[in-house]
Amino acid sequence: MKGPAVWLRRNATLAATFAVFALLFLTASFLYHGFFSLRVFASLLADNAFLGIAAVGMTLVIFTGGIDLSVGAVAGFTGILVATLVQSHHVHPLLAWGIALAAGGLLGAAMGLLIAGLRQPAFLITLAGMFLARGAGFWINTDSVGIDHPFYDRMARIQLTLEPRVHLPAAALIFLLVAAAAFVLAHHTRAGRTLLAVGGNEQSALLMGLPVNAAKIGVYTLNGMCAAGAGIVATLYTGSGNPSMGVGMELDAIAIAVIGGAVLTGGRGHMFGTVIGVLIFGTIQSALLFDGRLSPSWTRIVVGALLLGFVLLQRLLVRRAA
Amino acid sequence: MSALLEIRGLGKSFPGVVALEGVDFTVRAGEIHALLGENGAGKSTLIKVLTGVYPPDRGEMHLAGARIQAAAPQEAERLGISTVYQEINLIRSMTVAENITLGRQPRRFGLIDWRAVRRRAREALDRLEIDCPVDAELGTLSVAVQQMVAIARALDCRAQLLILDEPTASLDEREVGELFGRLRRLRGEGLGIVFVTHFLDQVYALTDRITVLRNGRLVGDYATATLPRLDLVANMLGRSIGAAEAEARPEQTPPPARPNVVLAARGLGRRGSVSGINLALRAGEVAGLAGLLGSGRTETARLLFGIDRADQGEVEVGGQRAVLTHPRAAVRLGLAFCSENRKDEGILPNLSVRENLILALQGKRGVARPLARAAQEALADHYIKALRIKTPGAEVPIRNLSGGNQQKVLLARWLATQPQAIILDEPTRGIDIGAKQEIEELIARLRDDGLAVLFISSEIEEIVRNCGRAVVLRERRPAGEAVGVDLNGRHLMHLMAGTNEGGQP
Amino acid sequence: MSGRKFLHSDGALVLWPVAGIAVLLVLNLCLSPHFLVLTLQSGHLYGGPVDILSEGSRSCLVALGMTLVIATGGVDLSVGSVMAMAGGAAALAIAQGHASLAGAMACALGVGLAGGALNGLLVAYAGIQPIVATLVLMVAGRGISQLITGGQVIAFQNAGAEYLGTGFIFGLPFSAVLVVGLYALTQIGLRRTAAGLFVEAVGDNETASRFAGLSAARVKFLAYVFCGACAGLAGLLEVANIRSADPYRAGENMELNAIFAVVVGGTALSGGRFLLFGSLAGALLLQTLTATMYNLGVPPAIAPVPKALVIVAVCVAQAGPIRRWLSRCLQRRAA
Repeated sequence: MKGPAVWLRRNATLAATFAVFALLFLTASFLYHGFFSLRVFASLLADNAFLGIAAVGMTLVIFTGGIDLSVGAVAGFTGILVATLVQSHHVHPLLAWGIALAAGGLLGAAMGLLIAGLRQPAFLITLAGMFLARGAGFWINTDSVGIDHPFYDRMARIQLTLEPRVHLPAAALIFLLVAAAAFVLAHHTRAGRTLLAVGGNEQSALLMGLPVNAAKIGVYTLNGMCAAGAGIVATLYTGSGNPSMGVGMELDAIAIAVIGGAVLTGGRGHMFGTVIGVLIFGTIQSALLFDGRLSPSWTRIVVGALLLGFVLLQRLLVRRAA
Repeated sequence: MSALLEIRGLGKSFPGVVALEGVDFTVRAGEIHALLGENGAGKSTLIKVLTGVYPPDRGEMHLAGARIQAAAPQEAERLGISTVYQEINLIRSMTVAENITLGRQPRRFGLIDWRAVRRRAREALDRLEIDCPVDAELGTLSVAVQQMVAIARALDCRAQLLILDEPTASLDEREVGELFGRLRRLRGEGLGIVFVTHFLDQVYALTDRITVLRNGRLVGDYATATLPRLDLVANMLGRSIGAAEAEARPEQTPPPARPNVVLAARGLGRRGSVSGINLALRAGEVAGLAGLLGSGRTETARLLFGIDRADQGEVEVGGQRAVLTHPRAAVRLGLAFCSENRKDEGILPNLSVRENLILALQGKRGVARPLARAAQEALADHYIKALRIKTPGAEVPIRNLSGGNQQKVLLARWLATQPQAIILDEPTRGIDIGAKQEIEELIARLRDDGLAVLFISSEIEEIVRNCGRAVVLRERRPAGEAVGVDLNGRHLMHLMAGTNEGGQP
Repeated sequence: MSGRKFLHSDGALVLWPVAGIAVLLVLNLCLSPHFLVLTLQSGHLYGGPVDILSEGSRSCLVALGMTLVIATGGVDLSVGSVMAMAGGAAALAIAQGHASLAGAMACALGVGLAGGALNGLLVAYAGIQPIVATLVLMVAGRGISQLITGGQVIAFQNAGAEYLGTGFIFGLPFSAVLVVGLYALTQIGLRRTAAGLFVEAVGDNETASRFAGLSAARVKFLAYVFCGACAGLAGLLEVANIRSADPYRAGENMELNAIFAVVVGGTALSGGRFLLFGSLAGALLLQTLTATMYNLGVPPAIAPVPKALVIVAVCVAQAGPIRRWLSRCLQRRAA
């Protein structure tokens, strides 16, 4: 019995996250008829695909001990950018997507440079980035723009059929792909391990010869692209670009990352935990919809309570290890 | 044995201070070489230059015959020089295997080959005969094992020269023995090991040669087996035995202390810190607390003032048992503590001289009884004059003042609370001769007024000059007390070195 | 204090946002000359600047509390949610509990104090990082405020609240006068007691403060409680202004605007010396910026962009190497 017990102790937060998800999902299945189905599970992934992509990127930033408040604004910006490029300038969606990803990456790189190079607090710099991106989005267009393009129609038909009437749309597939790629990056590449080392102890990482500054700039660039990706996926999901989309999304992403086991000071976390965190978020929302009686505002309260619980749990584990 | 590392004429200066000058340092392959020196001797600067943290101003360094100058820590590692620091510069949240291979993890098709990682880590650990699971999280292991992992990482880097900076500071006796066994094995394999420490017993137990630095200069390079312990201490402190013998008593005999014991400690201690501390501080006396670096002086002060919580023994203030859980409690009882670490534990850098000065007094009075601005200014002016603090005014930020004047402001901070007992930890460190004298005269005046002073210092002359008696600590335990005719440099050195008059340990 | 002495003191930092406001007002003057015109009607002043004062009163109040929290080296992200909760509770008390203005005020303050105490406990005593500790209430608080109002917008009628939100005193908007009065009261309270010194000491060097005998934990706790109270009162002002509580929009972006105001006003994010009236100027600058954008015909949604530029400018100016270069330039001028 030594193996599993050791694994459990070492991955305490991941186990807790999974336990919470299982508990929530099973409770909801018990309370609501029809909840325990593949269709509900699939819609969990589909409805929260864009949030999930943002959370994945945010997790990487949190691994380094940083934070990025601009992701929601960047998602909104890229959404309207893509929509406007496709509708008003007749750019092919794939090219528009490329431009959007580049824009997100560029903003991320600029912020990363200020944070790593000028040693300014990530909080303030990404706050400025958020204001910039939000304003830029509204500058492009103040209202949402619907997207009408054969490529989008084709994308809407791409889906993975799990059961006769259960499909995973393209948005969900993209999310799973991004999550898988991030998982490989974080847990099986030198670059990913460098991120965790920088967050764990920046001074030590430097003395151990790791490229700390490059890692920081790189992770903000990557996160910018993830935020752009979230915006793109949102356009797939809603069929339109909306500049006011994503308000508050960064906070949900941070909460999901923390519930998934990432520690805000950096150095700890698991990409798999983030994915479960997205599922937890989705489960709470779906359960409330199923219930119909409880107001959806309970989502925020439960998420807040879970956040508090996990933060205290992390504090306890840290105190015990010290 | 061939010379592995050869340093000739190394010089390094920083603005305002010469850290190293004309230092030679030679380490042979298959040798354990101790690097000793008191505070400010230049040990850490030497290591930082060697490992590429600083570039040298002058001098040459050769490793295995080839001229080297590392531009950055990772380059030093590549050249074969690995350092294990006291603060264990590893990532506590990662596994042992990962820490050993971090930055150099073996890869397969671009992805990390975890099996190879574990294998390499296992090999490095086996070479040191360490039995710890490679998948354990580093932070959950004891400090001793973490240190072993750091050494294992150094070996994985194919180190030829291993530098250990205070490796035994957090280890118990058994762990020290295990570490020494492993180091001897590595020595047998031809590694050159530099061992920086202040535990003289360990130097004599483990090392082959000793290099002593003092004030940035080389004092000497000796074979351990042929250097008497007393001579070693004399070399580190820069005193000749002859001078110590001729050492006179202080010019005046201090007045006898008042009978009332203001601050007392019985069997005071804390796990991982000091133990068995017995002290009785009387009003109107200056008692010294002496010992080499690392002997536990500051730790004792922290226990007496409530910064750390004691888990053995007790403290009495004015005859009453005192439970000190927070400095606030100590201040309320009339205690004061001037820390040796001005920068991190003393000054509020952006606040003015006046605000720094009145802080402890204001804290004692509480938030609802503020000192009137006029009273604050008067107090500040009073102490600026009394202590001859050189400042353009009381309103400038304290960080603009020189180190010595900052120290005076901190001293004034505590004097303003009119304590019955004050602990001064290295009060004259980094202060010029003139200011030093002023402070020593001030301490004598305070003593005559009835204050009880615990004077902590690493300078023997200072202790002898200022104190009526001195308690000596050695390796975190009391080693004896010197009073009256015994309060002289030679006797204190014996106590610090752990030898008797015959020079034997 | 003589003019020269003022320029060299820390207080001079307030000149930056004040200069910014002046520049913007001049800009407004050029574009729409009638902007600065003040008219007196039935004893009330009207005009561009008056609008700025009354619209900005809530952010000024939140910035007041945020200043102390930032001065201790922390941050409070929950103020917007606390505003929403407090406003909702007050509106509910009036609409359904038939409470008086005093009762509503007690409700709002109570909610604010409770929120602040929770944050204070987590940061000061549980040792949790301020960003994540206050994030908890920020996320949960939104949901709670929606629960309080039952997800609806609650409208109410109350003469006292109406006066609070839209009334005038001495010709000026009452809410603005109230907030400025609170600033003055806080300043007096902090400087007439040792509280201001303690806050600055804890923020400047927490370890040294503790070694000097201060209770750093208590100071931090009280800073968060105060911030919560300010947010609660601001929530009341907001619902009084529109005579309804909107749980979705109340306090939106308030935490970020408050942090912006404090940083631009001269208080460093790392803590230590704080400038209360700097935060007031910073919040007013923000409001003037918004009003200018509106005047220029710029869609209000794009107003964030100049805010972003100002933040980056402030950050860059505070960066070490640039600060040293600036001080060298100033020294040369003084010599």
